[in-house]
Amino acid sequence: MISRRHPVIFWSVFTVAMALLVVAPLVLPEFWRRFVTEVLIWGLLAMSSDLLIGYTGMISFGHSAFFGLGMYGAAAALLTTRPANLWVALLYGLVAAAGVAAFVAYFSTRLRDIYFAITTLIFSQIFYVIIFTSTKWTGGENGLNFDQPALAVPGLFSIEFTPEVLHWFVLAVVAGSYLLLRRITQSPFGMVLQSIRENEARTRAIGYPVERYKIVAVMLSGLFAGLAGVLYAIQNQFAAPDFVFFVVSGQTVIYNVIGGVGTLVGPIVGAAFFLLLSEAFSRLFTATYLDPIGLHGLVGMSYLVPLGVIFILMVIFMPQGLLGFAKRWLNR
Amino acid sequence: MEELLGQILIQTINGVVTGMILALVASGLTLIFGIMDVVNFAHGELLMLGAYMGVVMLALTGSFWLALVAATLLIAIFGALMYVVTLRPLIGRDPLTTILATFGMSLVLQNYALWQFGAVSRKINEPIVGHFNLFHLDYPWYRVAVAFLSAGIIGGFWLFLKRGTWGIWIRATTQDRVMAQAMGIPVPWVLTGVFAIGAGMAAASGVLFGPFGGVDSTMGLNWILRAFIVVVVGGMGSLAGSVLAAIMISLLEAYASLWVSPSQAIIVSFVVLILTLLWRPTGLFVATPK
Repeated sequence: MISRRHPVIFWSVFTVAMALLVVAPLVLPEFWRRFVTEVLIWGLLAMSSDLLIGYTGMISFGHSAFFGLGMYGAAAALLTTRPANLWVALLYGLVAAAGVAAFVAYFSTRLRDIYFAITTLIFSQIFYVIIFTSTKWTGGENGLNFDQPALAVPGLFSIEFTPEVLHWFVLAVVAGSYLLLRRITQSPFGMVLQSIRENEARTRAIGYPVERYKIVAVMLSGLFAGLAGVLYAIQNQFAAPDFVFFVVSGQTVIYNVIGGVGTLVGPIVGAAFFLLLSEAFSRLFTATYLDPIGLHGLVGMSYLVPLGVIFILMVIFMPQGLLGFAKRWLNR
Repeated sequence: MEELLGQILIQTINGVVTGMILALVASGLTLIFGIMDVVNFAHGELLMLGAYMGVVMLALTGSFWLALVAATLLIAIFGALMYVVTLRPLIGRDPLTTILATFGMSLVLQNYALWQFGAVSRKINEPIVGHFNLFHLDYPWYRVAVAFLSAGIIGGFWLFLKRGTWGIWIRATTQDRVMAQAMGIPVPWVLTGVFAIGAGMAAASGVLFGPFGGVDSTMGLNWILRAFIVVVVGGMGSLAGSVLAAIMISLLEAYASLWVSPSQAIIVSFVVLILTLLWRPTGLFVATPK
């Protein structure tokens, strides 16, 4: 990895990227400002799942459960506690996500490879069904609506969330999470995870309690996914069962594969690439663009059709993802 | 009391009928996995496309049975093409990449179907309209016919595996791909053929299920989830295990729907899954691994 060999390069790239992202809301128009904030949140979700996919070698198709529970946890805090407090929302969201993650981790880490992927998928659907059908608590299909809390530190300051402040808040959380995750993956614990990915039997033979490491990995991953869920809930002021649904998990995996697994930054790049393309395709497949060039047959086609094709092509021809591809190209 | 008994009897038959369809879906999935190490995430979408093909063919030919055969064959050919284009390049790589490729395929197919056929659910009319009397309730013959037909297809496939050159080729490829190749078995064609058969089975179950619940672009996900549960509970790669697990889970869901709504009844199968993972992670209906 570049980062480990050249800390100077890493930190300067990091600083430049941060500077660009800090300035972004001041120069971008309303729509793109919101877009960048969303990319950061989805990037955090994808990054959390990279800890499993890229570092431990377990593909999770159930990250929507952690994300969604983070959302509903935040919703619960903002609806029940008066006055609404951002930090309580964060706490509730993380506790909810951690609880679900502990449950999922305990059962699904008994299985490996494909079985792990399938069980995480099924577990996320369990939570979807529970949330969808317990209308009394979760609002069922309609979800829950609530107001944004203020960004406040008791006794110090309290400011309302404007789009800019929200963006900076999200940026700070995501950047902090990134540095934390990076530290985790480079720690002895992260090294054990990577050795599980490379050779699970040998890691066990050396004497590491592989199952326990896997459970902790899933829980950590779920915790960061829950954090992304809390951020998303605060940005959009609602929690809905759609976000617990499997589609979100699937997109998380797509972000990882497109951006490049095992890089942490890759998933964010992947999320940005995917969301940009989906924006472009959904605009393209409207009558305004396709009618003049005689392709009106394509009007109304979902952006997911071309994106799915791109995804398949990348799985076949570019399995290392955009970032891995760029790295290899730079090294040449 | 008698009413409850009647309800239980009806739910038993219901459970077995949907269990047989589920077994048909799951056996395609488990065969593709057992023989070629591919988790076919797009299996539910093949079922959905099969059902749509059934709708189209029914409109063209006017005969349900003709539509069933035509849809099965068309989707089998489509499955073979899909295998050659997306999965053959992945041979020799981590099996996990196949789950990614087929997941991409399911996205494409589902959204293509939504665009092509619209969001409104289509209806396939029952080819057999008769009813018979069961505890003062009318029960449609068609459902019973579907159960027997599914059992027939699965049984036919089992015979096909046990007898005949292709069956031997398929089993040889499962056991040792390299050795099979060395003995002159056309392994790439065997793999393509197996995928096509699995796709055809999914399409057949889609058409058969059409008259029960309607046909729409999202029906695939619902089925693939239940099929995955069945395959894990029954033991991946085991045909008999899948059939037994499918019937067991459908029966439990049918009984549960006596007390709770059908959308909550699926939680029962989740519970079965969790218990299986706790005590027999390799599957309920396979021999204990050493």
